[in-house]
Amino acid sequence: MSLLISSPHAHGGDSIRANMLSVIIALLPAAGVSVYLFGWLALFLIVLCMVGCMLSEWVCLKMMGRPLSRLGDGSAALTGLLLALTLPAAVPWWMALIGCVAAIVLAKQVYGGLGHNPFNPALAARVVLLISFPLHMTAWLVPMHAPVFAAVLPLNLYDFSQCWNLFWLGPEAIGKGLDAITMASPLGHVKTEWSRGIGAVEALRNYDYSYLDAFLGREAGSLGETSALALLLGGVYLLARHTISWHIPVSFIVTVYVLAALFNAVNPDHFAPPLFHVLAGGLMLGAFFMATDPVSSPVTPRGQIVFGIGCGLLTWSIRTFGGYPEGVMFSILLMNCAVPLIDHYLRPRVYGK
Amino acid sequence: MSGLLDRFTTLLGKGAAKGAASSIELKAMIGSGGFSGGVHPKQMKITAGSPIVQSPLPPRLILPLKQHIGQICTPIVEVGERVLRGQKIAKSQGYVSAPVHAPTSGTVLAIEEHAVPHPSGMGRLCIIIEPDGKDEADESLPPITDYRAEDPGVIRERIRLSGIVGLGGAVFPTFIKMLRDHRHPVEMVILNGIECEPYLTCDHRLMLEHSAAIVRGLDIIMHAVEAQRGVIAIEDNKPDAIAAMQQALADIAFEHIEVRVLPTLYPQGSEKQLIQSVTGRQVPAGKLPLHIGVLCQNVGTTRAIHDAVCLGQPLTQRVVTVSGDAVPSPANISVRIGTPIPFVLAQCGLEDLSGVRLIHGGPMMGERLSRLNVPLVKSTNGLLAMRQEALYSENAVEEPCIRCGHCVTVCPVGLVPNELAWHCRNDQFDRGQEYDLFDCIECGCCSYVCPSHIPLVHYFRYAKGQVAKIEKERSFAELSKARSEARDNRLAHEQAERAARRSKVRKQQAGDAAGEEVSGAETSGDGKEDKA
Amino acid sequence: MNILFAVLLLGGLALLAGIVLAIASRVFHIEGDPMMERIDAVLPQTQCGQCGYPGCKPYATAVASGEVDVNKCVPGGERAMLAIADLMGVPPKEVEEEAAPPMLAYIREDECIGCTLCIKACPVDAIIGAPKQYHTVVESHCTGCTLCVEPCPVDCIDMLGKPEVLEEWTWSAPGKSRLVIEDSAEGETHVRAA
Ligand code: SF4
Ligand code: SF4
Ligand code: SF4
Ligand code: SF4
Repeated sequence: MSLLISSPHAHGGDSIRANMLSVIIALLPAAGVSVYLFGWLALFLIVLCMVGCMLSEWVCLKMMGRPLSRLGDGSAALTGLLLALTLPAAVPWWMALIGCVAAIVLAKQVYGGLGHNPFNPALAARVVLLISFPLHMTAWLVPMHAPVFAAVLPLNLYDFSQCWNLFWLGPEAIGKGLDAITMASPLGHVKTEWSRGIGAVEALRNYDYSYLDAFLGREAGSLGETSALALLLGGVYLLARHTISWHIPVSFIVTVYVLAALFNAVNPDHFAPPLFHVLAGGLMLGAFFMATDPVSSPVTPRGQIVFGIGCGLLTWSIRTFGGYPEGVMFSILLMNCAVPLIDHYLRPRVYGK
Repeated sequence: MSGLLDRFTTLLGKGAAKGAASSIELKAMIGSGGFSGGVHPKQMKITAGSPIVQSPLPPRLILPLKQHIGQICTPIVEVGERVLRGQKIAKSQGYVSAPVHAPTSGTVLAIEEHAVPHPSGMGRLCIIIEPDGKDEADESLPPITDYRAEDPGVIRERIRLSGIVGLGGAVFPTFIKMLRDHRHPVEMVILNGIECEPYLTCDHRLMLEHSAAIVRGLDIIMHAVEAQRGVIAIEDNKPDAIAAMQQALADIAFEHIEVRVLPTLYPQGSEKQLIQSVTGRQVPAGKLPLHIGVLCQNVGTTRAIHDAVCLGQPLTQRVVTVSGDAVPSPANISVRIGTPIPFVLAQCGLEDLSGVRLIHGGPMMGERLSRLNVPLVKSTNGLLAMRQEALYSENAVEEPCIRCGHCVTVCPVGLVPNELAWHCRNDQFDRGQEYDLFDCIECGCCSYVCPSHIPLVHYFRYAKGQVAKIEKERSFAELSKARSEARDNRLAHEQAERAARRSKVRKQQAGDAAGEEVSGAETSGDGKEDKA
Repeated sequence: MNILFAVLLLGGLALLAGIVLAIASRVFHIEGDPMMERIDAVLPQTQCGQCGYPGCKPYATAVASGEVDVNKCVPGGERAMLAIADLMGVPPKEVEEEAAPPMLAYIREDECIGCTLCIKACPVDAIIGAPKQYHTVVESHCTGCTLCVEPCPVDCIDMLGKPEVLEEWTWSAPGKSRLVIEDSAEGETHVRAA
């Protein structure tokens, strides 16, 4: 017995699960780099966030009477992974868990679950954490292999028991203060130096900033955002698999680059160089993995370009003029709000019209 | 601003991202010089190497009186009458229509309602013929050998009389497409040899085996519409057909016709998309291809035109591809129109139909039939028998839209299928129309790539049907309202008349009375009437 | 001082906005049909009286004046109700009675005595016939309101389901198909309406 169903009777074989899976695969290089830099801590955090998100999802589905099979679509696991990769390595475990619950419950399920959330759940959760716990969310653990701190590395992050204690009990448990094991990110450093009247170029010089390190990821930052190389690899994989289209990442990154280049050309001492902006902070992660989140980004190619440009403008502006050192997150969330409008007004041209 | 963006998108799109859909087999392409969007479904052309075979005569032929777009025909034979092959048995009723001819000689058994190939499983009036096996032909239409010497009008009339409709599946009466309009001369005739639907190979085989007839058919069309250029459009997945057509052109030394090879992309066989691929121009909304000087004809139709003109044979046969995973020996068969579909399937070794799903046409645009015992009709270009497990549309479970935009990228028309489906699902048909619901050609690309398995096309069909229904109800309501108001007016009028008559009578009576009783001017009767 | 300034500023802004709105409402005022007409336009015009009024227009008048609920038109069903509620700006209310499937009246002509009573009853003049002659229903005009059935003294009027024709068949929404296809052992597929 069957219901009458219209054509087409063939399908390309794509599924939500396949899409989510390919994003998870694309994030593996970045996750690998995070383990390389932050050792066991990174692994703990990633596992905790993925489990935490999936558990929250399971509870929500159960409570709302939605089919539990939805858990298998991989979206919760992906949110967990993304959330972990945006967190500083030194966040306490309970804070990460709060993030998981915020991502799944507040940012996703209350809106009606997958497909209905106006914001990227991982990003929304990160903002919740940043606003609630500003101190912890801007304290960047000194990574392994960072040339800046090579001489005075405060911690061996490949030591399992040390990491285990640090992760569950906090820095006090291993006899160190948070300050002692953390440092500023390049973006944060530039912002503080600005406030003291020192220009970006000078600030970068006294930070020992190197483009190569930033490209490879040997710098302070969130778990997964440090290595532009790893993120690029993942991004190219997604593009090749057609999971995402080029419109958002390209327009996003190009906008930031062009803006930074313009202002840098006008006043090279004060404004940071364009390449710095592109490699710094969460831009790569944001452009390839957050802004392209299908649910919360425009569906039309033209809309995606406008969306990317908007993200780029806001990111650069917040970084340069705003109160926070990093603006990727806020800019994507702000542009998420504009998506319905963008989608409505930037529809493709209809054949013959 | 938006125009600039558009150009930027397409410019980059051609090189950078070859499209959208992220599936394993699927590489969608933007551009490729032709229309935007499109998909690459699995070809599955398993019958491409099977020569066309002739199906035997079935015990019964069932001929629906409407196998075309337009008005239904009226039968012109009686039950019990003997008919000959090619004899007209039902005549057009109205202008947009195509007559029906007997596919073989035999006796008319009945003229009654019979199920036809339609998703609803409903029936319509059919002429049922029992063949006598002699296959005697009716020779009332003489062959026209030197068609170039005839007046184009004569050719068109022959095509009309031969019951020819678009055999690609659209079944629009062909002679209407070929009418000439002096404000819009036809510059180019495109022979549609694309056959982009998976599985189907009947046009492919026709081009291989009847290339001369097809090339001549195209020449006939060009003569009938007085066009100067002919283009045979074939996708690059049929190199043998390309060679065959080129050979045929060289043999006949037709220099006004060229073969154009196009990259394989579904739905390139759709008329408007093909026109864009070949000419680079779009047919403006609400206009016909004729308005930009183009005429498209399908391979099967062109061959039928050739047979009708050069051989004097009306349309009573067509080639179909019988395929699908349930068919033991898939084949391209030349079948008489009206042959019961189970009989055709049995030719290919499929007799046990339990658990078999039958698709009328190709997998992308064909219709799942809810009844199997139906005749093959002019629009049948393929019959796919699939096992239940193999049929995607049966096993798909709809999940929420994740707004991945794949449907937008592949839509050859430039719609936003996910938003459109959203409005249709919520019965917001006005919004649906704002989102260009009626421009959807139901090609199925969007459903094909949707990772959430949303039956987008089904939503669009539902909405289109509802809009039509609401429109009909509204116009009926208006009619009823007018009739009811007319009736009310009439009743009021009658009442007023009656009242007037009554008052006149009363006045007269009152006047008479007054005449008699001169003293009493104000009578009680007048007073009563005032009150009333 | 500051507070005073803020209050003044906000007050001034409010005043300005008010003036703009007032002007806009004058300038952009749209002269609409009277409410009764607009409601009448969304009613199915079956004229059946199931709403408790002698026809669609009287019901529309009653709704427009607010004396009756928006959910009384049975043939109009949910769609008409929603449209009226929207026009009136009131919350929707469920239609209590379910509409019967569309019907047509048929007169068994050999039994008709030509009394013309049905003609008088028909609100849309869908019956033709002269006194003492057979009467017949014009199918394309009959709204299926059943008002002609009662008056017939010899009960020769049948209300029969409107025949479905292929051309008017439409797809139902996905997952809500009216057609269910069943397999049977013989391999014939049988169709039944769900
Ligand atoms: S309808 Fe399907 S293909 Fe289109 S955006 Fe939604 S999930 Fe993607
Ligand atoms: S079925 Fe309609 S909406 Fe879907 S891709 Fe084809 S034309 Fe576009
Ligand atoms: S119930 Fe509806 S259709 Fe019938 S008379 Fe009343 S308003 Fe008209
Ligand atoms: S014929 Fe009878 S059922 Fe039909 S509209 Fe007239 S009164 Fe109503």
